[in-house]
Amino acid sequence: MKIVVCVNHVPDTETRVKVGADGLSIDRTGVNFMLAPYDEIAVEEALRMREKFAGDVTVMSLGNEKHKETLRKALAMGADKAILLKDDGVRDSHGVAAGLAAALKPLAPDVILFGKQSIDYDDAQVGTLVAEMLSLPSVGVAVKIDIQDRKAVCVREIEGGHEIVELKLPAVFLAQKGLNDPRYPSLKGIMAAKNKPIEEQIALAAAPLVETVAMRTPPAKAAGRIVGTDKSAVSELIRLLHEEAKVI
Amino acid sequence: MKFLVFVEQRDTVIKKSSCETVRAARNLADVLGAECIAVLIGSGVEAGAPGLGQYGASRVLVLDDPALAKHSSTAYARAIASVAAAEAADIVFLPASQMGKDLAPRVAVKLHAGLAADCIALRADNGTIIATRPVYAGKALLDVRVTSPVKVFTLRPNVFPATVAQGTATVQKADVALSPDDFGAVVTNVDVAVGRPDVTEADIVVSGGRGMKAPEHFALIEALAEVLRAGVGASRAVVDAGWRPHDEQVGQTGKTVSPALYIACGISGAVQHLAGMSSSKYIVAINKDKDAPIFQAADYGIVGDVFEILPELTAQLKQTLGT
Repeated sequence: MKIVVCVNHVPDTETRVKVGADGLSIDRTGVNFMLAPYDEIAVEEALRMREKFAGDVTVMSLGNEKHKETLRKALAMGADKAILLKDDGVRDSHGVAAGLAAALKPLAPDVILFGKQSIDYDDAQVGTLVAEMLSLPSVGVAVKIDIQDRKAVCVREIEGGHEIVELKLPAVFLAQKGLNDPRYPSLKGIMAAKNKPIEEQIALAAAPLVETVAMRTPPAKAAGRIVGTDKSAVSELIRLLHEEAKVI
Repeated sequence: MKFLVFVEQRDTVIKKSSCETVRAARNLADVLGAECIAVLIGSGVEAGAPGLGQYGASRVLVLDDPALAKHSSTAYARAIASVAAAEAADIVFLPASQMGKDLAPRVAVKLHAGLAADCIALRADNGTIIATRPVYAGKALLDVRVTSPVKVFTLRPNVFPATVAQGTATVQKADVALSPDDFGAVVTNVDVAVGRPDVTEADIVVSGGRGMKAPEHFALIEALAEVLRAGVGASRAVVDAGWRPHDEQVGQTGKTVSPALYIACGISGAVQHLAGMSSSKYIVAINKDKDAPIFQAADYGIVGDVFEILPELTAQLKQTLGT
């Protein structure tokens, strides 16, 4: 089975976001980047599929030289090889998807995995854009993927419940938390990753369809009111919620 | 100009997030002089179509087909794109619900359209539209403009009001021919828990963190949620500890919520949690540590013991609300 996982290199979740000097993107000073958490789940799922069906796992990322750190992490987890689609510029989701789709097509994978969203631009759209560009079926927010005889039966999260989705390979899957518990790279895996190949390609150029006008931080909130320090404060809290906030 | 709004239904019931989307599209259509058309897809859904007039749809195109009773991202996207092309729609709006997020990218690619996803505000600016969307789970906001001729926007649920006004919609049949090849991915079963609303859709969310001390103490959270008919949320710490299911997690690696009222119980307020809930309209924090960052985000706080406050709050609300 040929499996490709598309991964992204994102600021870690503890990052306090500041707007950069360009007014369009974040200030990267002192920000730690990491393999996006949902992408890590996607890598884990790929490794489990390889354990079950044999085959190989390729990880792919579109971005600058720094994305190699994230590719290296996925290789340390156990992926066989990596492809970096080099681009130093900034792309919209469509541009990222077009670059990935162009590189995926000649590989003809049976399974393409993504994290359900990247936790930076939070579009949650790139995986499905790629699926449509390649005319493949997809499942978003997957918490279970069962593949048998090239048919996949998946459980995906929806509001307040789950859906069972059936589709045939080749297909695209978007990993949600709960699909698996990603492994930590072993020392052996980290050492082995150093010798695994990272192939570099120039990412296909794509004209942007969405332009960023400005980035800003949300307006700071005025400090809240401490209503009290024990249960005698409860009736006052209820009065405020009812009369002032009018939410109950 | 023409705006087309995809209306999501589940078991023929039209979702509130879709009513919000129709109203938001209509408000913008009024500014830009556009027609606001809704498209409703499913099986046995036609009865719900005229009601969309009160949210601002002037026409509703209905695609009623037993084969479309359950969601199929590939077939639904084909249908929406066909209708958009036939109507020469300039903009397609969808709710940024799980279904909308499954469809919007496909519709955008078919229409060669740029997509602004999960928008929380839309405004007309010299004839173009500026959309605001949260990034980094709400730690920053991005103002974007879609530059392609046809545009697709998805709107975050629970943000735009579903205001009702006088209005009637003409109902027409949508003329779309689907082939078996269009059903690449099909939903074969749906399992939705009845009773408690999902955190992304709920008007009120009651959330618990490590301060609840043990999984069984979430009964206190559930009791309060029941009285308020609220959704139940959880912090990453308690989800990672296995106390609560991951679909309840609120935060950067969980769900982003914007209810009218968010009640954080025993949650200290890590950056990644605040990111997921700070767009709530009102925030109440109950925590015994007066220095917990959650109090910076809260409108009202009680510095006290959740095990003392929660039962009292539940009891008093039960009396006030009679639930």
